[in-house]
Amino acid sequence: MTADTLGTVEMAALPTSDTQKYEDRAFGFWIYLMSDAIIFALLFATYLVMLGNTARGPTGQQLFSLEHAAAETAVLLLSSATFGFASVAFAQASRPGVIQWLSVTAVLGLGFLLLEYQEFSGMIAKGAGPDRSGFLSAFFALVGTHGLHVSAGIIWILVMIGQVLTKGLTRPVASRVMRLGLFWHFLDIIWIGIFSVVYLPGLV
Amino acid sequence: MLGRLTIDALPFYSAIAAGGAAVTVLGALSVVGLITYFRAWRIVLFDWVSSLDHKKIGIMYVMLALVMLMRGFIDAAMMRGQQAIAFRSDGYLPAEHFDQIFSSHGTIMIFFMAMPFLSGLINHIMPQQIGARDVAFPFMNAVSLWLTAAGAGLVLISLVIGKFSTAGWTGYPPYSGIEYNPGVGVDYWLWAVLIAGVGSTMSGINFLVTILKCRAPGMHLFRMPLFSWTVLVTSVLMIFAFPALTVACGLLAVDRIFGTHFFTNAMGGNMMHYINLFWLWGHPEVYILILPAFGVFSEVVATFSQKRLFGYTSLVLATMAIGLLSFTVWLHHFFTMGPSADVNSFFGIMTTIIAVPTGVKVFDWLLTMYRGRIIFKPPMLFTIGFLVTFVIGGLSGVLLALPPVDYAMHNTTFLVAHFHNTIIPGVLFGYLAGYMFWFPKAFGFKLNETWGARSFWCWIIGFYLAFMPLYVLGLMGMPRRMEHYDIAAWQPHLIVAAVGAFIIFLGIVCLAIQLVVSIRDRANARDLTGDPWNGRTLEWATSSPPALYNFAILPNVQSVDAFWDMKHRGVAYQRPERYVDIALPKNTFISATVGGAAFVFGFAVVWYIWWLAAVAFAVILVAIIIRSSDDETEVILPAIEVKAIEEARFREMEAASKNEIASDPGFAGESVLEATS
Amino acid sequence: MDASGLPVERSRRPYLIGLGLAFILTAIPFALVAAGTLPRISTLVIIAITAIVQVLVHLRFFLHIGFHSTPFENLAAMAFAGILIVFMVGGTLWIMFDLHHRMMM
Repeated sequence: MTADTLGTVEMAALPTSDTQKYEDRAFGFWIYLMSDAIIFALLFATYLVMLGNTARGPTGQQLFSLEHAAAETAVLLLSSATFGFASVAFAQASRPGVIQWLSVTAVLGLGFLLLEYQEFSGMIAKGAGPDRSGFLSAFFALVGTHGLHVSAGIIWILVMIGQVLTKGLTRPVASRVMRLGLFWHFLDIIWIGIFSVVYLPGLV
Repeated sequence: MLGRLTIDALPFYSAIAAGGAAVTVLGALSVVGLITYFRAWRIVLFDWVSSLDHKKIGIMYVMLALVMLMRGFIDAAMMRGQQAIAFRSDGYLPAEHFDQIFSSHGTIMIFFMAMPFLSGLINHIMPQQIGARDVAFPFMNAVSLWLTAAGAGLVLISLVIGKFSTAGWTGYPPYSGIEYNPGVGVDYWLWAVLIAGVGSTMSGINFLVTILKCRAPGMHLFRMPLFSWTVLVTSVLMIFAFPALTVACGLLAVDRIFGTHFFTNAMGGNMMHYINLFWLWGHPEVYILILPAFGVFSEVVATFSQKRLFGYTSLVLATMAIGLLSFTVWLHHFFTMGPSADVNSFFGIMTTIIAVPTGVKVFDWLLTMYRGRIIFKPPMLFTIGFLVTFVIGGLSGVLLALPPVDYAMHNTTFLVAHFHNTIIPGVLFGYLAGYMFWFPKAFGFKLNETWGARSFWCWIIGFYLAFMPLYVLGLMGMPRRMEHYDIAAWQPHLIVAAVGAFIIFLGIVCLAIQLVVSIRDRANARDLTGDPWNGRTLEWATSSPPALYNFAILPNVQSVDAFWDMKHRGVAYQRPERYVDIALPKNTFISATVGGAAFVFGFAVVWYIWWLAAVAFAVILVAIIIRSSDDETEVILPAIEVKAIEEARFREMEAASKNEIASDPGFAGESVLEATS
Repeated sequence: MDASGLPVERSRRPYLIGLGLAFILTAIPFALVAAGTLPRISTLVIIAITAIVQVLVHLRFFLHIGFHSTPFENLAAMAFAGILIVFMVGGTLWIMFDLHHRMMM
């Protein structure tokens, strides 16, 4: 049979072979992250457009706290590193390591959310909630959307801890953890944008 | 307990509204009744609703599109009827109802007719064209379908419970904000669009990964058929444009529910930002709609001119150029809303530039036809009708691209004529051509050509009568969306337009008759070879309808027009020496559950039934978690069964006396079966 | 990120380096804002630069993105997203500030 007839090239190219599947899923998830990047970019743009629309209400200068933003940044940054340690533990086939570092990451994530909840409820109590002005609506939308993503990420981490406990370090689980890692690191990158566009310039 | 839902939501306040609700309810009941009558619940649920097969998903999308085409057309007919008689008269439609109708017409036609239609054609055909067995993510594919259906469901149920939006298909604030529109209409619109939009974004990701990662060996990107190229660029547009719609509509929803001030009149809101965000999506959207149609035309014109597509590379580059440029023109939708001359000039120039690659494509298609041997089957009729008519719409677009001209034409019926002049001959004719071209592939028998031709003639004559007067009216100063008017000179044109709408109605009737007649006569119109048109691209290599796995052995591609090449090398239908086990996605009800829960979520948010929204959201979350924990989502079809299916197909092909198209007087090539070794 | 879609990095080093660099690149702008010694524009410029560099640090050390290890499609997707973000955000800012000047909105 010559190479250009049907029937000779089938084995190597089975599209549902596992390797191909995980590659495709990682790529597909990356593309989803690109679309999410557009959403955040437009929320950043909205924030910048509405920066001055304080409707005679409080401004960033009056509301933001450098220490609070620094704490949130530290916690999230650390959680990115600890997720990395979880990935390393996975590559080293260490089940306890994976569970331990995923748990630490989840705790840090919850810490971040707690800090953010404190910040938001403090602002709302002062009458600086999202319904006070366009500026504040844009602030809460941008930072809040990021917070919602972090919440989703924490739920996902908990699910993955559950899967590692019940299934072990299988390849499907590895593939999901890898995608979760992409998501988690992506969120930390967005946070760099948030403190660089929202908190720091607001306090300069 | 039931939020703001009360018995007043039922449409007993108006005869017309009650009529619309009755039709909707009767429609739903008759679907349920028919399925029950034919004892088809098992098949419907276990073979179709739970299917992850891209071909079935594609068919279901097209079915949704055709149903919504009729629903959206009824809106159009009602508007034409109203405007034809409403000279110094209130007509038969109260203003608020008229406003709901033009809003639902646009929303349905764009989101629930055109988007599902293109998603359906792409779903069915693109994997076959690239030599793949399915899309990259079959489960997500099904979720996209059911989310789109959920959105359509919200629009349909708004006819029965509550009202639809009166804010147009674009929903501009502050009118669409909570202060001026506290009722449920805008909420129905928002959640229908948001939910369907998530589905479209996911489809874009799916199609992109499929094309980049699942092509058959040898199918380099520059050997792909043009339809698949347009799908590639369309999916890029879907991925990157829909986020803008999510932000625009999401922020408007937040304004309405939480009292924020993104787009309010006071307290720091910026209404123009909504318009900016909406059209950041809206302009790429119209290219999302048209590019797959251009892809269909490329396939049809080559097949029915019996000639290789002219200028393949220029067509690909033009498609890419259109894709990129589509993100640089969006301000032309709001030239008149305050930007300075500098801003208007930039976007005006970019808009005139984007016309150029489409012009390149038109010439490529014409040059394909030149010295071809044209076969005038209905898909080709739609293509020729498109070539003649779409160009007019394109030219009116170039006119509108000039800001000073747009100042006179914006929001007149000239604009309405322009976009229908590009959407109907462009998008709709393309999808109708694709529907008729690929119907035999999907179902194994051909559509009746007489009724197809009649449908075409009604559509094109009806189109000219319905929309050319609107250009004249726009030049005479008639604004769009007018419920009544008192300028006598307008009425004759509107009467002509109403006649045109009636002829289009006949075109739709012809489509329905075509389908009924074809199903009735299907035994005599069977496509036994899988290649009824002497096709050029790989989808014609599979059987009609294709086996679940499309290709028993993945083809080895050596050239553009891969199937044509295989036929001419004599390798098109070779029996392989051995078959392999094939993995196929298992059916699952989780995808439809996500869609159903999304519908309930949307409905609950519209009516402020917060506990129900929370429950629906939880269902979606749990469904996704369950699915994500499932490691056994595929079933293996053993090689021995594959062999049995393939052998049966080869036997059937040998029994076919000749390729049907060989009997067409215009046929110029050799019959398929002569190429079988 | 390589093509495999699975966690392959077996060493903690990149994460520790990334953490250290990111910490420094965060401390600088925060400290500058806290101290308030530089003029406003200079501070904003430094914030921007450290942010961009820190994003690159994250991409390199946490996401393991590299010109040779990462598949071309992933890099192309990121570049395309970047271009579109420039168009969309840049265009939005140009349009909205133009409207702000001209229409006071």
